[in-house]
Amino acid sequence: MSATAAPAPAPAAPERAVPVLEAAGVTMRFGGLVAVREVDLVVNEGEIVGLIGPNGAGKTTFFNCLTGLYQPTSGEVRYRGTVLPSVSYKVTDAGVARTFQNIRLFQHMTALENVQVGSHTRTKSGLGSAIARTSNFKREEKGSVDKARELLQFVGLTRAGGTLARNLPYGDQRRLEIARALASDPGLLLLDEPTAGMNERETTDARDLVFAIRDRGLAVVVIEHDMRFIFSLCSRVAVLVQGQKLVEGSPVEVQRDERVVAAYLGEPTGADESDEEVLEVLAAEERARTAEPTPDHDREATP
Amino acid sequence: MTPEMTRVERLDDMIAARVGGRGWLVAVLGAALVAISALLPWTYTDAYPENLTVYFYPAGPQLYVLALSVVALVLLVGERVDVLGRLVRLAVPHGTGGTVRALALGSFLISVGVVLRMIVLLGGSVNVDPGGYLAVVGALLLMIGSRVLPSDDPLPLRAKLPAAVEIAIVGVSMLVMLVLVVRGLALDEQESFSAFAVFAGFLVFAAARAGLIGWVSQLSSRHYGVTVAAAFVVAALFPFTQGGANRYLNVMANVLIFAIVAIGLNIVIGLAGLLDLGYIAFLGVGAYTGALLSGSQFSTVDWVPPFPVVLALGALAAALFGVIIGIPSIRTRGDYLAIVTLGFGEIFRITVNNLGGTGSGPDITNGPNGIPDIPALEFFGWNLGEDLNIFGFELGFFANYYFIELVLLAFVVLVFVRANNSRIGRAWVAIREDETAAAAMGINTFRLKVSAFVLGASLAGLAGVIKAHLSTSVEPTQFQFLESAFLVAAIVLGGMGTVTGVLLGATILRLLPEKLRFIDEYRLLIFGAALILVMRFRPEGLVPSARRAREFHEEEITERLAREQVAGSPVTGSRGGQP
Repeated sequence: MSATAAPAPAPAAPERAVPVLEAAGVTMRFGGLVAVREVDLVVNEGEIVGLIGPNGAGKTTFFNCLTGLYQPTSGEVRYRGTVLPSVSYKVTDAGVARTFQNIRLFQHMTALENVQVGSHTRTKSGLGSAIARTSNFKREEKGSVDKARELLQFVGLTRAGGTLARNLPYGDQRRLEIARALASDPGLLLLDEPTAGMNERETTDARDLVFAIRDRGLAVVVIEHDMRFIFSLCSRVAVLVQGQKLVEGSPVEVQRDERVVAAYLGEPTGADESDEEVLEVLAAEERARTAEPTPDHDREATP
Repeated sequence: MTPEMTRVERLDDMIAARVGGRGWLVAVLGAALVAISALLPWTYTDAYPENLTVYFYPAGPQLYVLALSVVALVLLVGERVDVLGRLVRLAVPHGTGGTVRALALGSFLISVGVVLRMIVLLGGSVNVDPGGYLAVVGALLLMIGSRVLPSDDPLPLRAKLPAAVEIAIVGVSMLVMLVLVVRGLALDEQESFSAFAVFAGFLVFAAARAGLIGWVSQLSSRHYGVTVAAAFVVAALFPFTQGGANRYLNVMANVLIFAIVAIGLNIVIGLAGLLDLGYIAFLGVGAYTGALLSGSQFSTVDWVPPFPVVLALGALAAALFGVIIGIPSIRTRGDYLAIVTLGFGEIFRITVNNLGGTGSGPDITNGPNGIPDIPALEFFGWNLGEDLNIFGFELGFFANYYFIELVLLAFVVLVFVRANNSRIGRAWVAIREDETAAAAMGINTFRLKVSAFVLGASLAGLAGVIKAHLSTSVEPTQFQFLESAFLVAAIVLGGMGTVTGVLLGATILRLLPEKLRFIDEYRLLIFGAALILVMRFRPEGLVPSARRAREFHEEEITERLAREQVAGSPVTGSRGGQP
């Protein structure tokens, strides 16, 4: 299993940094409430970037802006130089894949089928060739099965291929979600709390898995609450507090920063910002989540 | 735990307290009594359908309870005899408990039903002879005794037989189904048919409890292609059992249309998860296309293209209609989609009702009068209105339609299965499971939902063209909302996302009202009740889909994996053993 044979965190100092993701001035406003304010983030090739912050800081909202689930009120997101459209499936097509904070697998599909769905954008055969079972279709279908098996093996789920996603243990479901995201051949992987609810052993496995993913040539952004996990994993960490980027730097720099400590201990960081505002952001995010806007056509409903 | 469950359990406890370890004895006694009662007259008058007045000459329901009780008796006694025990275990791999309970319930329902019907029909309980009461008492004892029998203990079924034998078993079980259907159709009296339907139903139920149905379906999935071919061959045998009569060929031809449309709708509901309550409109579009291009003297179009062209045009028109309805409707989700499609379905019906030229609009559809007098199909010189003669067998002309529809059904099933097992099918299921996640996996959800909608619509359009010729007239009232509701009911009853289940559901929903005329008045009431029962006791439908079935056998599979696992890899299947 390649995941366990991963090396220790490599110092991320490539000679010349090639940016994969460039988010510039991303702002997300829900009505009168600003959940994400003017956040810039650059992720270079081969980097693992951590995104931390207290609850309600807007981390997931920021992720949703990156992946086209939300259309940012202002700002733009570039992937390898081209601006990403705010349409979920187009973002995936462009090469940015993600997992979800609360696991969102296709429960009644097998693990293998889940991963196969992940490669939807990388396969092309349509209904006609499926019904006629053309040789093209068969080749592509075989390719997609082989690839899915390879990915299941990569994340350590070799034997789970025929199991329904909902019947997998919790930790395996997280791994399956990662395999599914990898199936779209992304250049950038966004992981939303990949170790939430995991024990120490599983967390270590997850860290090794992220390193293995990085070694496949992907850039990774991770949202996490587990500080030990983040600081042992990431080459760079950005701290989001109340929708704004507070600090960005190496794990050591961030750990030493007084403002970060203050933010985590709950001290007010500014005179005009209060806990109520955090709660408001939380509530607004929750509302947005429950409303579940579809990426491509319901967006007009949420100004 | 629901109150019903505990009530049943309390009842079982009570029975166990009274009967104790004598459950087996009570059951044997009951089965024997039922068997004996079948040899006695149940009434002295032959006014009741089928002659139940003769000693040692069981007829109709007597035969059914005799068969059920003898099977129960053989299982119960055989289990306790050394050599037979192993045979019984082989024949009933899931254990005798559940099987005998099913047989007991079947004979109880038949005997009670017959006795009650006698009292009502013949005017009073005087007309019931002791034999009838003996059957009821025996069946009751059998039920009570069987309740405390040890419950099921499934034996894993992994024995492999030679392929030819396995295929033969599948073929024979299909022929048995055909024989049951033909026998049932041949019974004209409602009493006879009802008793037979209960008998056949519980025979199948008992076989399922015994694990035989599961075994056969395992065999058939092992020989998938052969099984499907055999199923269509067996279905094609049906017209030959009718001895040239048209009556049930007509009924079955209508059942097939219903089944084709239900499979089409199953793509939309079962795979893509879009609850479409206006689906019958697509059948209507196809039917009107077929009618207008049929050369009927009431048609407003003079062009009569050859049948394949009409078929293609019907599918195309329905697909176009699907796009028109689909694009706006699919922007809504869940309940809203159901309401919007329901609205569009009604809009279609009212529109064709009003396109009669009486108001401001043009005369296209003859309004409420519809297009009657649609001639029989002509197809490469083959007139579907003429009786058939195949290998010396005289077949009524509806056999023509039956065969054509069988071919169309095969096509629709092929489309369904192949679409399901493809990238597109997986994307549909993914959308059904979690639309947001599906979009995040790169699926253009809107386009795929429209494609499911349009594919389903075009299949219904195909069926509609044939329906126009089959029923020789097309009117707006044939496409009411109720028909859409019945289609959805057939899918839910049979099992969403399956082919076999939906075919079964469609057959039951269309065939039973034909045979049981008295149901017609209470159709909605009975189907409503049936749906509630299905939702309560078997929410996955009569035939669960492969995915659902996997859910039920998951533990079995993971356990096997755990056993096969050599080294202690911590990741896979580690949870399997713990329920």
